[in-house]
Amino acid sequence: MSFHPQMAYGAAFHKSSRALEDEGPAFVYTPENRARFDEIVTRYPPDRRRSAVLPALYLAQDQEGYITANAIRHVAELLGITRADVEDVVSFYTMFYTRPVGTFVLQVCRTLPCAVNGAERVTESLVERLGIKPGETDPTRTFTLLEVECLGACDRAPVVMVNDAWHECQKPEDVGKLIDDLRARGDAALSGCHHVVERKG
Amino acid sequence: MDPILTRYVREPKAFTLDFYLQHEGYDALKLALTKEPDQIIEMVKASGLRGRGGAGFPTGMKWQFVDKKIEPRYIACNADESEPGTFKDHLLMERNPHLLIEGCAIGCYAIGAKIAYIYIRGEFLHVQHVLEHAIDEAYARGFLGKNILGSGFDCDVYVHRGAGAYEAGEETALLESLEGKRAQPRNKPPFPAVVGLYNRPTAVNNVETLCNVPLIVAKGPQWYAALGPEKNGGPKLYCVSGHVKRPGVYEASMRITLRELIEGFAGGVPDGHTLKAVIPGGSSVPILMPDQLDTQASFDGIQKAGSLLGSAAIVVLDDTTCMVWLAENLLRFYRHESCGKCTPCREGTDWLHQILRRIERGEGQMRDLDLLTSVANNIAGKTLCAFGDAAVTPVLTTLKHFRHEYEAHIQEGRCTLPASWRARQMAGTKH
Repeated sequence: MSFHPQMAYGAAFHKSSRALEDEGPAFVYTPENRARFDEIVTRYPPDRRRSAVLPALYLAQDQEGYITANAIRHVAELLGITRADVEDVVSFYTMFYTRPVGTFVLQVCRTLPCAVNGAERVTESLVERLGIKPGETDPTRTFTLLEVECLGACDRAPVVMVNDAWHECQKPEDVGKLIDDLRARGDAALSGCHHVVERKG
Repeated sequence: MDPILTRYVREPKAFTLDFYLQHEGYDALKLALTKEPDQIIEMVKASGLRGRGGAGFPTGMKWQFVDKKIEPRYIACNADESEPGTFKDHLLMERNPHLLIEGCAIGCYAIGAKIAYIYIRGEFLHVQHVLEHAIDEAYARGFLGKNILGSGFDCDVYVHRGAGAYEAGEETALLESLEGKRAQPRNKPPFPAVVGLYNRPTAVNNVETLCNVPLIVAKGPQWYAALGPEKNGGPKLYCVSGHVKRPGVYEASMRITLRELIEGFAGGVPDGHTLKAVIPGGSSVPILMPDQLDTQASFDGIQKAGSLLGSAAIVVLDDTTCMVWLAENLLRFYRHESCGKCTPCREGTDWLHQILRRIERGEGQMRDLDLLTSVANNIAGKTLCAFGDAAVTPVLTTLKHFRHEYEAHIQEGRCTLPASWRARQMAGTKH
């Protein structure tokens, strides 16, 4: 916490206050994920298996939906490092979830180029539409809303990332349609192809 | 100047190996393998190629510094494009991935490395798929792997996916992240060219930088240098975003001016509005004012005007932009992205953000302006990496040019320029 007497620091303090808690169910990789893990490890020198921690965690997150303490143990054992080493990494990188998230994670870019094109309004529309605030998941666990920093597509601002798919040039009035679409069609509503030319014909 | 790096990006199937081979693809690699590695480094030095990631350091020098006595050596390609306003590497990797792969292979050959890791930011999963597909194609046709094109040279290229950390774009933090740790910077020196990935000599190069290498090898350093003004040779990708009619990536010679980029290529600010300020090189560099638009958009030109070309991310701001809000927005970014290693930056960015938010809400006091300067000056130059200097720049530069807006906020007790594109109610941020 800070020590300036004039400054009011509330609950929103630094990410270092974040805690990992959820033990989750027992965890081992599925045979497919284990095979992928074994392939990924070969990309790094044999005495540097630790390098594979990010891809290993992505596999765990894909399998379980979020990173549990049991997944951390499993990854640590496979890589021959301590649980604390893995937790250190999980707590640092923002793309690992340490709590369950919705089927669709909506990430609205809020940094300058998106913001001057109306990203704040996009978030507002999503908050109204979903009835949840940024950082929250709705009770049915369908949607999680997050505000994130620059996604690197400032020419197509504002950008909303839905899971790993990018939805670009989102106007505040468009996002209702996006939500309806995701509710109705599920994964099929995700923007599939991003190639500048191939996209949308 | 006709586009070179992005010449074919709008062609269908430009990302495939077949398309690339039909357009002189991998000719530079074939040519490079007939030369000595040192000759390649000399060519890159002679071309004057400067790093496109932000610092503008001569690439040939960087490669020369790589300690050739220690094995193994590595190339780490920085594809963690995270500087707000930057999206050029995104386009290159998505539409022209083989150019990057060819650049990696030539780079490895020049410095005697056998492995190049492309560190791509976690959010670029769709780009990673394109890149990995291209790498598979290159292996299948013998442009990567063992004994490339019968030359006896082995080279592997792997994509390593980050997980959402701006700081991973700093070269030593990138190496830490590649080693499976938090993306936090190392003390320098020693520089990565001597002690890099796994403590081995490593060249860390930006995507666009490596994409320029095949051009230099294929067409010669003189041709390359002549494309731009002195010491600023070659083609350059500019990312124009913000309040412009046609945001996008534009390729030009560095002889071009900011005015030609903004008013010509990007179509200028929307009708009925006037230009208020330009950030010429990503959120970390000082603002330029409308009367500086005729500045040459080269590394040296922008520096002479008092800013930096950085990653050539030109963010254009029109008269609807509140500059206190802008500083608050960017400091929220830096506060969120500070890696936490150095105390001045970790604590200071939070302080700056809190003070700015207070002023933006109309709850500030005049003495806050001195407090901002004081906190900023206690961060700048007191951190391991350049993040600290970058983080205070939006504060100091807006205070310098738009102090009157800060004062108006304090005097009137409200934001004096609430734009229509802003949130209806300024939300408290929790993250």
